[in-house]
Amino acid sequence: MPHALSPSPERTAASTSASGADDTMMTDVPGVPLQHDQDAERGESPSSATSHDGQAALPASSQSNGNGNSVSVEDMFDDDDDDDEFSSSAPTRPDDASSQPEPGSNPSPAAKPRYAEPDTLRQFYQRLFPFRQLFQWLNHAATPQADFQQREFAFVLPGGAYIRYQSFASSDLFRKQCVQMTPERFEIGPQYNVNPRDRKTLRSAGMMRPVMKELVFDIDMTDYDPIRTCCTGAAICRKCWTFITMAIRVVDAALREDFGFQHIMWVYSGRRGAHAWVSDKRAREMDDAKRRAVANYLVLITGSEQGKRAGIRRPLHPHVDRSLRLLNPYFQDAVLSDQDPWASSERAEKLLQTLPDKGLRDALQKKWDSTPNRSSFQKWSDIDTAAEAGSLSEISTKQLVDAKQDIRLEYTYPRLDAEVSKKLNHLLKSPFVVHPGTGRVCVPIDTRNLEAFDPFAVPTVTQLLQEIDQWDEKNSALTEEDRGKVLDWQKTGLKPYVEFFRGYVAGLLKSELAAGKRGRGDADGEAESMDF
Amino acid sequence: MLAATAAPRLDPKRRNVVDSRKRQFAKAQWQELSYTHRLNFYTIPPTGDVSLEEFEQWGIARLKVLAELEACHFRNRTPAETEEYMKPVLDAHLRLSSNMSRSGERERERKRDHYSHWTLRLAFSGTKDLRERFARLETQLFKLRMQQDDARERKEFVDSLPMSWEMVGDEEKRMYLDELKAATRCGRDDEEAWFKVDWEKVPELVERRQVLLKRGTAYVHVREQLSLLTNEFANNLSTGLDLAARFLPRMDEDNRLAPILHHLSQSFVAPDTGYSEASSIGDLTTPTAGSIDALAQHFPLCMANLHKTLRATHHLKHYGRLQYTLFLKGLGLSLQECITFWRGAFELIPDDKFKSEYLYNIRHAYGDVGGDANRRGRGYTPYSCQKLLTEALPSGGQQHGCPYRTYAPDNLTTLLQNVGVTDRQVLSGVKEDVGRQRYHIACNRVFEHAHKAQLRKVKDEGLWSAAELDLVTHPNTYFKRSFLLKNLGKVKSGDLGVEGAGS
Ligand SMILES: [Zn+2]
Repeated sequence: MPHALSPSPERTAASTSASGADDTMMTDVPGVPLQHDQDAERGESPSSATSHDGQAALPASSQSNGNGNSVSVEDMFDDDDDDDEFSSSAPTRPDDASSQPEPGSNPSPAAKPRYAEPDTLRQFYQRLFPFRQLFQWLNHAATPQADFQQREFAFVLPGGAYIRYQSFASSDLFRKQCVQMTPERFEIGPQYNVNPRDRKTLRSAGMMRPVMKELVFDIDMTDYDPIRTCCTGAAICRKCWTFITMAIRVVDAALREDFGFQHIMWVYSGRRGAHAWVSDKRAREMDDAKRRAVANYLVLITGSEQGKRAGIRRPLHPHVDRSLRLLNPYFQDAVLSDQDPWASSERAEKLLQTLPDKGLRDALQKKWDSTPNRSSFQKWSDIDTAAEAGSLSEISTKQLVDAKQDIRLEYTYPRLDAEVSKKLNHLLKSPFVVHPGTGRVCVPIDTRNLEAFDPFAVPTVTQLLQEIDQWDEKNSALTEEDRGKVLDWQKTGLKPYVEFFRGYVAGLLKSELAAGKRGRGDADGEAESMDF
Repeated sequence: MLAATAAPRLDPKRRNVVDSRKRQFAKAQWQELSYTHRLNFYTIPPTGDVSLEEFEQWGIARLKVLAELEACHFRNRTPAETEEYMKPVLDAHLRLSSNMSRSGERERERKRDHYSHWTLRLAFSGTKDLRERFARLETQLFKLRMQQDDARERKEFVDSLPMSWEMVGDEEKRMYLDELKAATRCGRDDEEAWFKVDWEKVPELVERRQVLLKRGTAYVHVREQLSLLTNEFANNLSTGLDLAARFLPRMDEDNRLAPILHHLSQSFVAPDTGYSEASSIGDLTTPTAGSIDALAQHFPLCMANLHKTLRATHHLKHYGRLQYTLFLKGLGLSLQECITFWRGAFELIPDDKFKSEYLYNIRHAYGDVGGDANRRGRGYTPYSCQKLLTEALPSGGQQHGCPYRTYAPDNLTTLLQNVGVTDRQVLSGVKEDVGRQRYHIACNRVFEHAHKAQLRKVKDEGLWSAAELDLVTHPNTYFKRSFLLKNLGKVKSGDLGVEGAGS
């Protein structure tokens, strides 16, 4: 069994993280700092995370991969942003370097920022995490059913161990294990035909089949590196976050208008991207072929820089046409002004290469060589000016319009990590967990107010725990009874997100209930008509 | 569901056991279907009466059609070639007239089509291999017929199907016309007609953005209908076959139906074409005991193997002797020459033993001795591929049967190499055929390879009719064809001597 990791008592927490330190997952090498300031975390003394005790007495996944007893982390699990960015995720502090283990040096546990300490995480799970709502969201009903009980959860423990096939009979039991194990994050997988914990009692591994999971999408900023100029890699700023906003607009519109899905929740991935979870019954029950169909329907631009426009046919498919209409307003500001993608002559060369007419290319080249400081905005309008001046030698004006459309799509159309969406048994990081690299909570994004979403305003776990204390202090005059009426999350900046989630889940459960009633009605009708 | 539970009503006993009064009653209850459309999805099993003879005959006729379709596939015929080739076959065995035709036979043709499909469905539900093969061929047949269908009649048929698609009405069409055309790449000359289905029915089209999507409904251009319908047909049929498989054991209780079904499914393993006098080369040359060694180059593997064993060991066991004797009789060897042949071949056997133990059997096979019936029938008929493929497997020292079936794959390869088949592509093709139990296809593959040049010539020059190029299903046909092909020039010029086969 892959990752059927059994506790090995002789392996101590210290040795686990020690050998894990060789692995990229564990090294805390300072990466590109977030351009946004991290005052909240700054000034907190780095704690040496030596004391994550007993719970982590499990071999780290990196070790089990190497020892031949266990299969490598297969494609089932989402190796999205979180794995590689571990290395570059932590807000760097000047004194961080001192706590870094030298590569190959004597194993000493890597320092963890405060928000990744088991103690912080334990408090988070105990006091803040909305287990009830998460349970209802995955269970589609108020009382536990197979949707939740046979659902796989995978835990990433503080020592780096990755344990799969966890499942829980109830929301409370789930919460208990989180509090006890303090996972750095956990991922959500499909519901299986059997309880995944019972998989070892099955006669053959093939008897366990995934049967249901939300349709999920992953948009990650790294796929935008070929077109963004403001940041690279793990870093984001408000300018490039607009790409994520644009992607959400387009994908959300397609899922609703084209596929008719209604229960779509977008979630900030905690650093530089967003996930979508589609909970409509029709979406949950899709097999891999249908998931692949939806993913590929939406994919227009792939990460590679060249040759991606070949597939855009004319007339535009209505989905592409609508997307273009949604995206056009962003092109001037978010792309031409904010990114200024063709400012340098090297980048302007790329633009020229995408123009299909030699006469036009030559005319523009000449103009830009003589006036090198023209902005992307000016260069973009230079194209039309040159064309009107008669520089087109090979193509028609209509073809130029198409070519410019293609360029606009290249710089605005969503770039999906489509593989995440294609498999029923793919795991994806849960909403509301703490991003291990930034300490930020993966909160839902309210698409009714999409432009207002600010990833840098998303609270970190340390911030939230402070807010509880501050609230308690401020309200010390209240009686204990009155204070008890206010739940901990209600005292913090997490409140609007949890309330949004609660409302969203209520809507899902309501339509689930209605569909259930309708479904039973239908079944009766069918039985009758069969009986002729 | 419906199909499987209702299947026992196919029982042809009805006709014989119910008296006329009862039958009227039965008829009222199970009134014969009227066939509004030429095409049929076969979702409803037949409920009317049919005689045992019809039951079997109709099944055989359909089998013939399916076998020809499979042969087209085996020969890599293009869809157009297949359509052309199949037209006379369909007309002869499974004609289906359109609604426009005034043929008085129309209803009966459709009934035959309907019943024979269900007969074969039952006959071929026994094993997974047969089910898949049957479903594949029936789907091809359905597609072929649908392509031939008149556009209006096809539309009426499609409308009649209990499928959740509906045509896009005029008003909706006007509303979405531009989007519909853009999404489905509907050109200026294309028909402006679309239908609606749940998008989950057409994931491939969604994936390629070739449909218009509106809230989970896919608007599909009619040109996609053929492949959609074909998919639907195939899915329906394989579900139906799985159900029939579970139901089959109960059918076995009917001791009159079971042998027919068994026979039909056996025929599918290798279509049974009987031996015909025409397989002899007696009118071209006179084969003698002395010319067999030379003629052996034209033998199919089953006979070449017997001949080789006979020459090497100077003996053959009973069934091998019988199989070989009948084959020699079939190619035109006279009784006298045949006796001479065996006498010479069994060179270690003394004369009196030969006379007492072997001679009688040879004469019996030729119909020279034995009961009236045997003599009137001029002895046994030479064995067909089907006979060879369905009889008991040989055991210790026996060599009879079809080597494609009886030999282990590696031994078969060696055997083929020994008779000069060394082409690796052919050998691997044979291995694949054998793995899928298509032994006669393997044999035909070897035949076509061995006569590649000659076959091209007769095809190019139109020397042979389609029937003469048909799949070989009888060892004597194999021989005759091989003999003719290798002597093409000589046969025409009458330049064949007694030893003509040798060269
Ligand atoms: Zn940026």
